[in-house]
Amino acid sequence: MNIIIPIKQVPETSNVKMDKKTGTIIRKGIESIINPLDLYAIEVGIQLKEEHGGTVKVITMGPPSAEKALKEAIAMGCDDGILVCGKEFAGSDTWATSYVLASTIKKMGNYDLILTGERATDGDTGQVGPGIASFLNLSLATYTSKIVNLNSENIIIERLVEDGYEILKLPLPSLLTVVKEISYPRLPTLRGKQRARKTIIPKWTNEKLQLKQENLGLNGSPTRVVKINHPKVFRKGKIFQANDEDSINESIGQMIKFINEKNLL
Amino acid sequence: MNCQGVWTIAEADQGKIRDVSFELLTRGRKLADKLRTELVSVLMSNHIESNNIQELIFRGADKIYLVSDSKLKHFIVENYANVLEDLIKKYRPEIIIAAATTSGRTLMPYLAIKIKAGLTADCTDLDIEKETRNLLQTRPAIGGNILATIKTPKYRPQMSTVRPKSTKPAPIDRNRTGEIINVPLKPELIDGRVKRIGFRKNKQEDANIQNVNIVIAGGRGLKKKDNFSLIKELSQHLGGAVGASRDAVDRSWISYPHQVGLSGKTVIPKLYVAIGISGAIQHLAGMKTADNIIAINNDPEAPIFKVANFGIVGDLFEILPKLNERLSKEECNDRK
Repeated sequence: MNIIIPIKQVPETSNVKMDKKTGTIIRKGIESIINPLDLYAIEVGIQLKEEHGGTVKVITMGPPSAEKALKEAIAMGCDDGILVCGKEFAGSDTWATSYVLASTIKKMGNYDLILTGERATDGDTGQVGPGIASFLNLSLATYTSKIVNLNSENIIIERLVEDGYEILKLPLPSLLTVVKEISYPRLPTLRGKQRARKTIIPKWTNEKLQLKQENLGLNGSPTRVVKINHPKVFRKGKIFQANDEDSINESIGQMIKFINEKNLL
Repeated sequence: MNCQGVWTIAEADQGKIRDVSFELLTRGRKLADKLRTELVSVLMSNHIESNNIQELIFRGADKIYLVSDSKLKHFIVENYANVLEDLIKKYRPEIIIAAATTSGRTLMPYLAIKIKAGLTADCTDLDIEKETRNLLQTRPAIGGNILATIKTPKYRPQMSTVRPKSTKPAPIDRNRTGEIINVPLKPELIDGRVKRIGFRKNKQEDANIQNVNIVIAGGRGLKKKDNFSLIKELSQHLGGAVGASRDAVDRSWISYPHQVGLSGKTVIPKLYVAIGISGAIQHLAGMKTADNIIAINNDPEAPIFKVANFGIVGDLFEILPKLNERLSKEECNDRK
């Protein structure tokens, strides 16, 4: 079972601080991490390898510093990684990103399964996983919450949808995007970290991939960001203190009044 | 480019059109009117009653492309994408809007690649740039910290997904007329690789939190699993669904489909009640655009109070039992 997992490096958003004057995100000192939702894909990949043999490779497109994300994945138990890197890829939207990652996977060849996180926590589109499947003409299951069965030809999965779980049978090779429910990501081991340190991550530029410039980066991206706003969601709500019997009853009364006045039920 | 018309992708389930299909028509109607073009609803399904289909016209559609076939009974992305691609190549719409549901968010990216179209996920606002006829798509990103406006100047169609419940269906207008065009399914468009071999329906209590008007959510402040019963009781009194913070889900107090936030679901209910949830940025990302937010927390400094319209600082174990008791005596209006 040869598995490829495209991942993304994202800012560690729990520490995101906004610059009060400019309204922009303060990037300085913000740590970059593996997209938290990709960890579930990595964990599933490693589990499937443990059970069925084969290899797990991670790939990412990003700046040279994104090598760190690949090494973290290797420390968890992935075998090796490829960093797709180059200024011609800068400014890619989901179309161009899917194109480059799909082209990378095509060149790598020899795979049975592609696993991705459901979406990245920064861009939050969830479009690149399905996009890669589309470019490679792979069968696709999104929101995969469980792998029910896997053999050399087929995979049976459960897919979390609005009103329940769909059970799908897909031929291999296929691409699954996974949700948190599918696994509990392991931590890197010390031995894993040592191995990751020694692993050399090949950098693939467009000289290696030989893709048409018109399909890359901003040139290859149909969409354009034309404006960024910083919404202020702070509301000046009424806050009641409830620290004794009277104030508890009073605040409950006020809450019911609030619900009734706004006709919320 | 000579593309014409605004299309919305209707969704159906078990022979009935889902409400989100009508919400999309509200969005589409505004755009089609600004562009002075037609509004089309595309319905791929099986066995939908004709008066249910007619409702798409009564709620804003000028035309319906109906592809009805038993092979389209269930959403299979490869089949739906092939059918839609075939329609797009024939009729050349300038805009396509789908719901940001599990099927919409699968179909649209799969299709956008094949036809090299720009696609913007999870939009909260759609408008038209008059001079260029470009679609202006606004969406939150970076955990809701920014709102980005995106357009697709050189490629058609322009594609978006929009969040369910972010608009209301237009009222039924029985005087509206429109055309229903039956499009026979071409057999070669059925891909056949993926088979849907079963379905497990949610239990009643696992109501979909994205499809309700009221969400009552609990967090770490509940201290243990058993205490979630307080949240469930309140949700029954208020007629809402139960949500949870990541902390509560990671402690296995409640299952993942209930999780609100960056690694869970985004909800936009009329009322969100956050109980024992401090309001970490990841949680706020999933609920801060709710119409109304009530917070109950013992920490007056908790960030959740900054987004709340109404807050109570106090011990939830003292407040909730009393609140539940009073609500059980029918103190809120319009309860059914």
